[in-house]
Amino acid sequence: MFSIIKKNLSTGFPAIEVGPEPGDSVELMGEALAAKLKALGGGRSLHVREVDAGSCNGCEIEITGLSTPHYDIERFGVHFVASPRHADVLLVTGPVTRQMEAALIKTYEAAPEPRIVIACGDCAINCGVYAGSYAVSGRVEDFLPVHVKIKGCPPNPELLLKAFAAAASLLK
Amino acid sequence: MAVTHEYAIQELSLNLGIQPEEMDTFPGGVLIKCPQPRLRELITTFARCEKARLSSVICTDDRKESGSFGLRYLFSMGWQGIYVCFETAVPQETPVFESVARVVPAASRFEREISEFFGLKAEGNPDDRGLILHEDWPAACHPLRKDFEQGTRPPRNPDGRFEFTRVEGEGVFEIPVGPVHAGIIEPGHFRFSVAGEPIINLEIRLGFVHKGIEKLAEGKALTEALPLCERISGDASFSHALAYCQAAEMLTGAQVPARAKHLRVIFAELERLYNHMGDLGGIATDVAFAFASMQYLRLRELTLRQNGELCGHRLLRGTLVPGGMALDITPDQTASLVKFTDGMMTELDQLQSLMLETDSLMDRVENTGRTFRKTVEDLGGVGPVARACGIDQDLRRDLPYAAYSGLQFSIALQEEGDVASRMRVKMAEAKESLSLIRQAVISLPEGPVAGKLPPASDGKCAIGWVESSRGEIVHFLRAGKDGRIDRLKIKSPSFVNWPLLGFAVRGDIVPDFPLDNKSFNLSYSGNDR
Repeated sequence: MFSIIKKNLSTGFPAIEVGPEPGDSVELMGEALAAKLKALGGGRSLHVREVDAGSCNGCEIEITGLSTPHYDIERFGVHFVASPRHADVLLVTGPVTRQMEAALIKTYEAAPEPRIVIACGDCAINCGVYAGSYAVSGRVEDFLPVHVKIKGCPPNPELLLKAFAAAASLLK
Repeated sequence: MAVTHEYAIQELSLNLGIQPEEMDTFPGGVLIKCPQPRLRELITTFARCEKARLSSVICTDDRKESGSFGLRYLFSMGWQGIYVCFETAVPQETPVFESVARVVPAASRFEREISEFFGLKAEGNPDDRGLILHEDWPAACHPLRKDFEQGTRPPRNPDGRFEFTRVEGEGVFEIPVGPVHAGIIEPGHFRFSVAGEPIINLEIRLGFVHKGIEKLAEGKALTEALPLCERISGDASFSHALAYCQAAEMLTGAQVPARAKHLRVIFAELERLYNHMGDLGGIATDVAFAFASMQYLRLRELTLRQNGELCGHRLLRGTLVPGGMALDITPDQTASLVKFTDGMMTELDQLQSLMLETDSLMDRVENTGRTFRKTVEDLGGVGPVARACGIDQDLRRDLPYAAYSGLQFSIALQEEGDVASRMRVKMAEAKESLSLIRQAVISLPEGPVAGKLPPASDGKCAIGWVESSRGEIVHFLRAGKDGRIDRLKIKSPSFVNWPLLGFAVRGDIVPDFPLDNKSFNLSYSGNDR
């Protein structure tokens, strides 16, 4: 009995992996996302706090791009917030560097439940080209429970929308 | 280039009082070797009589070969089209060298970095605090020494302290900001000392995204380190990769085909273009001029899409190889590029007048965030930040690389050094980039896009330089065993420009800080590496 519980707790849950597929488009992904939020009822939206835990700023280029006219992600119900205290989702980029480790954990602790974590980009998933460095503490998974993973270096805007849809499906 | 070198050697020998035989040349510059006690004296004379800017200070761990550390001060003499490098050795028994920071203030940060990464004490440096490695890093641990094993994770030192500059007086208080900021930007800590609204002092503490890239490159083959160099700073992926490739080509003597050189200009200018558009959009955002902001960001997105169509990667990664280009462009793509530049030029013209004619915007940007020419010169400032206060420097013209020497372009200069000047410089440069892309496309020669990369010989050094959207990038490369990398030193423009931001905000009110910051738009990752 105890071994079952122990195994259950130590295994955790598999994260949803998001990768490119043919036919991905901003409109399609965005509508799927909006539909998921609508299904939750009560006019819900998704509040995202971005945390750079050591990225090269490539991911940030694509994330800031989501608020520009071609994507205008707010129309699908996603809002980037200034504080982790307002966030449903933490969007974490980069490998976790030794010098950002504490700040990342504090940011996570400051966020209210359900604290969905998206590991954004190859570095966040497996440290990418920085793996094995003395200055890199590890993957995002090594520090926080990760719910959604987005592949890419950096992930395209379509993929980011897909990941938000996956995060929305985890909301209750 | 040879003629320039000869002339420079003569002049240097006259001014510094050293024999021409004591000088050596390397691709791109002149090398002066001198014993340690003489270095400071030589650099003092040099700084007094030559119009030079400190580009980088490079340290190497040569204890195995010669029982000492190598120390190189690299100066750019843009107006003469050369680099001048002073080289000396610091014996391992007494790991101390005399700082030149009081003569060349720009050296201070480089020397602080050397102190923490190599454990050499810079004697006489007015600032001896840590720079990149944080206070919990153990003091006796120097990651760029050869005996520091890659992947070692030294224990944290709980007693380490970092002293911020304190401003004292009645009503003075501190505002700590970061490392996690309100916007979607990289992490860094800003400590403002203010009295009411005006900023008295700003101390910028970075290093949060230090990833140990220079150490990671060691031991890699020349082609293997390229993906790493593309990820020093995401928005300068191509420029850093280009600086690296050029250093590797200098090191091995590889010949780059003419077509590849033109393609390099096209890609480098596309990168400058999307960065400048993003910066201009950011300036508009920070004065709440949403319309212009969205317009610029729309153009940035179009440029990123153009990048994606050209090479399959929106940030231009995977396009370069040492020796040339990894890909070619088709005649269809060249036609679409010409169309792209034409359309973009019209849009940029319209937006430029829109911005400059909007009084509410101009009122915020004029006289805000002023940097003075002297400060910028002293601290070795580069790029649009330097050009905005009248410093006429641009490596594309001064030390031309790729195909720039055959193309026509003018250098945007402003005098005031405020946000408005930097904005105007970026506006003009974005248009020059379009013109350069067009010229390079039209004059694109036929032929192969990549040459062979000969092996590098053991112990050889080379530098590669690029004028990125933020200014001068220099990569110093030294080959080791089997032509693998022994040392890669990356000088990113943000490293020298960050302290200038601290000077620019003095006297401004706190709400102007985002605007000042955006007009500099520096890279945290490029600074921390």
